[in-house]
Amino acid sequence: MTSPAALLSTENISDAVYSHDIPAERPWSRVLRQGQTLRIIDSEGQQAVDALLYCADNPAERYSAQDTLRVQGSAYVDLGTRLISNKGRVMARVTADTCGQHDTSAGCCSCESNAARFGEATKYQHACRENFILELSKHGLTKRDIVANLNFFMSVPIEPSGAFTVVDGISAPGNYVDITVDMDVLFVISNCPQINNPCNDFNPTPIRVIIWNPREM
Amino acid sequence: MTTVQTKQEISETNRRRYEELRAAGQDVTPMGLPEATALDGAPIAPETVISREQVPAGWYATVRLRRGEALRIVEDTGHSSVSLIGWREEDTSERINCADTVKVQWSAAISKGRVILSDMGRVLLSLVEDTSGAHDLLVGGSTPASTLAAYGATSRNTHENFLSAAAKIGLGLRDIPPCVTFFAPVSLDPKGRFLWNSGRKRSGDFVELRAEMNLVLVLSNCAHPLDPARPAGSGSITLIRHRAPPPAQDDPRRTTSAEIVRAFEFTDRLYA
Repeated sequence: MTSPAALLSTENISDAVYSHDIPAERPWSRVLRQGQTLRIIDSEGQQAVDALLYCADNPAERYSAQDTLRVQGSAYVDLGTRLISNKGRVMARVTADTCGQHDTSAGCCSCESNAARFGEATKYQHACRENFILELSKHGLTKRDIVANLNFFMSVPIEPSGAFTVVDGISAPGNYVDITVDMDVLFVISNCPQINNPCNDFNPTPIRVIIWNPREM
Repeated sequence: MTTVQTKQEISETNRRRYEELRAAGQDVTPMGLPEATALDGAPIAPETVISREQVPAGWYATVRLRRGEALRIVEDTGHSSVSLIGWREEDTSERINCADTVKVQWSAAISKGRVILSDMGRVLLSLVEDTSGAHDLLVGGSTPASTLAAYGATSRNTHENFLSAAAKIGLGLRDIPPCVTFFAPVSLDPKGRFLWNSGRKRSGDFVELRAEMNLVLVLSNCAHPLDPARPAGSGSITLIRHRAPPPAQDDPRRTTSAEIVRAFEFTDRLYA
């Protein structure tokens, strides 16, 4: 297995202002300052990372999947995708991507949707929405603030027929995506605990987040 | 004595279940869906009509539906699209969820016989009639920016309609979820780029939605952002609220798949 450290060796990791390993199944959040870049590393591969963005100064303005896809004109998130808010502003851009395709139409897993999808026993399994609710509560936000999120490293092909399938993740160990923020952004992550579909290879694993300041700062 | 499954065994069991559900959801369910309603089909008995409203182009309407009531949305001109959001009346934190709607039904395309889900694993609305089958859950409605880009000036748009409607029932920007847009023939090419299929819009197309819980709905009658018509060709829509016949337990909308059977069970428990 390629170690994340080896992949990052040419990326001036020593210049990073923050680095943190998010354990499997756990949430994380942090306010990113305008111009900062967040790298999310899929340390062991095939791990979906659910993410929400809020304008730090006014969290009612937040990431909007539909606005993002409308502006882009296509259904998947990849290098160059501008992440658009519900007020039509660019919140962030995908500035590096070694994976190649990410989802923003499948939402996050919840105890309630798991129960409908996979049977009532799965209601009592940890889910992304539980993570989001707990993490958002630290910032005065609630379930009503959870909107359709980004799913980094999650492969959800949509066929011309409309057939919509979560398939095996395509990210290799150490694959990463860089997000550079255009405003101060509360960035919230759920390291997805789902074990009922292939988004995490049925085995949730840790991820790493690293933050750089803009070069000019 | 309980048998303890190893992580590997759980993983294999879950993958097998996932593949079975996928095969059922994508290979079997679509074959059992009902035929589209004919343009002159499914007449509404006049004595069941509760209210009727015509919404001009660019405007919105807020409609409260009791569980079991139905709303017919008629596209009067063939040039409009109708964006919809909605909340459960008793707890507006429960709301329409497009992501769960497509994920649970294994399809980004909805048509007669499909349902629209809330974020709580329950059924908000059933599509009991549908002449069109060309609806969008991915791209969303128009916004100030999209109308400016399309028409050279900001015009009435779905984002601001939703905001106005939400404000009048004590809700706000935080409460506006992604929307479904009816009569919006959006599809994807093999690379994932969105396409607009003008040929799938007809004057008189309608959908009929049955409320499976008590709901507050907002409908916005604005051109879809991918609609290439310049200027926007939107016309009026007609909304007819009426008392629908109560669904039988074996109503085909309730039994399309194992997932939807469960979603209806969870919904029924709210009112048990």
